[in-house]
Amino acid sequence: MKWTRKVAIAFLLFVCVACLLANFIAPASYARQFRDEPNASPSRQHLLGTDDLGRDRFSRVLYGTRVSLLLAPAAALLSSLLAAFVGGIAGFAGGWVDRCVMAATDLFLSLPWLFLLITVRALLPLNVSPIISVLITFAMLGCLGWAGAARIICADARAFAQSDFILLARASGSDGFRLLWRHLVPNLKPVLYAQFWISVPVFILTEANLGILGLGVAEPLPSWGSLLRELEGFSTLSGQRWQLVPLILFILVVSCFHLVLTKEELPV
Amino acid sequence: MDVISALLKLGAKIMIVVLLGGFLGATLVRLAPGFGVDEQELDARLNAQSIQALREAHASDDHLSSFYFGYLNRLLHGDLGTSRTLQRPVAQLVAERLPETLKSVGLGLALGWSAGFLLAAAVVMSRAWYLDLLGSLLAGILLCLPAAVLALLFVLAQAPARLLLGFVVFPKIFRYSRNLLSRSSALPHVLTARAKGLGNMRVLVWHVLPPAAPQLLALLGVTVSVAFTAAIPIEALCDIPGIGQLAWKAALGRDVALLVNLTMIVTLVTLVANSASDVMGKTFRLGAA
Repeated sequence: MKWTRKVAIAFLLFVCVACLLANFIAPASYARQFRDEPNASPSRQHLLGTDDLGRDRFSRVLYGTRVSLLLAPAAALLSSLLAAFVGGIAGFAGGWVDRCVMAATDLFLSLPWLFLLITVRALLPLNVSPIISVLITFAMLGCLGWAGAARIICADARAFAQSDFILLARASGSDGFRLLWRHLVPNLKPVLYAQFWISVPVFILTEANLGILGLGVAEPLPSWGSLLRELEGFSTLSGQRWQLVPLILFILVVSCFHLVLTKEELPV
Repeated sequence: MDVISALLKLGAKIMIVVLLGGFLGATLVRLAPGFGVDEQELDARLNAQSIQALREAHASDDHLSSFYFGYLNRLLHGDLGTSRTLQRPVAQLVAERLPETLKSVGLGLALGWSAGFLLAAAVVMSRAWYLDLLGSLLAGILLCLPAAVLALLFVLAQAPARLLLGFVVFPKIFRYSRNLLSRSSALPHVLTARAKGLGNMRVLVWHVLPPAAPQLLALLGVTVSVAFTAAIPIEALCDIPGIGQLAWKAALGRDVALLVNLTMIVTLVTLVANSASDVMGKTFRLGAA
């Protein structure tokens, strides 16, 4: 394993543990307002200062990281499973099933997905709670992000379906579900694993874009999107450089997700 | 003959996508909260009969099939409906804003392709580690930044926002072109050309580029789609009056009819761009054969 990969995994583990222990580490709740101290500078009480509503920024970074780091992999898992199901069955069945599924995948890939996401987001009721909004945002990402991965998995499944070991398994009497589950799925694991890791940073970036546009996770629940939205009020003249901490952490975490992938697994 | 049948197939594919997109769009509009409710119904001056008349005017849309065919019929006649939030015909809004987005996308693609491709070619041809490191670092950092953050940074730096799309597509172009060009520069005939003492430019143009050209042309189509998607946060945050900003406003105002039409228009544009790059790639392959 390359040292950069080891460092990336170690850093991701450290950030994950820190945000999972947010309840113990954070000095305050993400929603608690210190009304006398809006836009406060870093101090012993508020390590990264407070935001314009007087909320402790360090606590919000911890909780926001937890939201993004737990739900982006969950969405990636959902999209990888959908891709495995659709692509695996299409590639394994072949013929008209393959053609129909691939045509549907092509159609899905033709749709600009940020447009589609904000359209679906606009359809949601106005009175959803922050928890429901965060779950819906990431579920949407998972449900809309399967198409690209399905094509790759379908191509692999098609190749495996015509390989010698599958022919041998068929000759030995394996068929249908058993053939799929015992012989095809284990061989698709590496590509599924790569697709999962590719999807995580993509979903984190998309949630950040949606959050900055005000179409992501609802306040007061923090996510990286809402934390980065604070940069709208950032001024180089104000000298509040600690406002850049969420951005730096974001860049570091997304780069670590890219570094976890080997060169062969990278999308481009 | 092959080219004509390929073009016919492409045309049919685009038509099917538009029809299916229209159906999907109509279904989304129909599912939208507040569908079929006219704001005029809230007018206290209207009596019960007038309100009933307003409801009857919308009654034809109650059946999904008649609603869909009505929607499609209007769409085929160029009537994209009226924006609920902006109270203006969607066709008019699109005609005003599409040129702005096309200008941004064009400039961004020109910048992204010139910088990304030239840097990738320089890395592959010179084999200089520092250029590779510089390009990889730059592309790596840009890949980790959401388009919206880049837009905010551009606003802070008071940099020209129209160039921003170039920074969004640059990392994809650089990484993909570098990988493709380094793969084709390792081909035996390229090594022979180098061994015979051919200059770098000649090797690049005549021996390295041709095998990579069809995939690079396919990438051109993909980057158009990437640029249109990134246009939403960029135009919204940098106040560029284009399609992206319109989509954002429509999303905030829950104007699903406008959003669906914009999605379909952008789908059509990206589909045409992808198909054009596919046709160019195939023509190139045929020419090379």
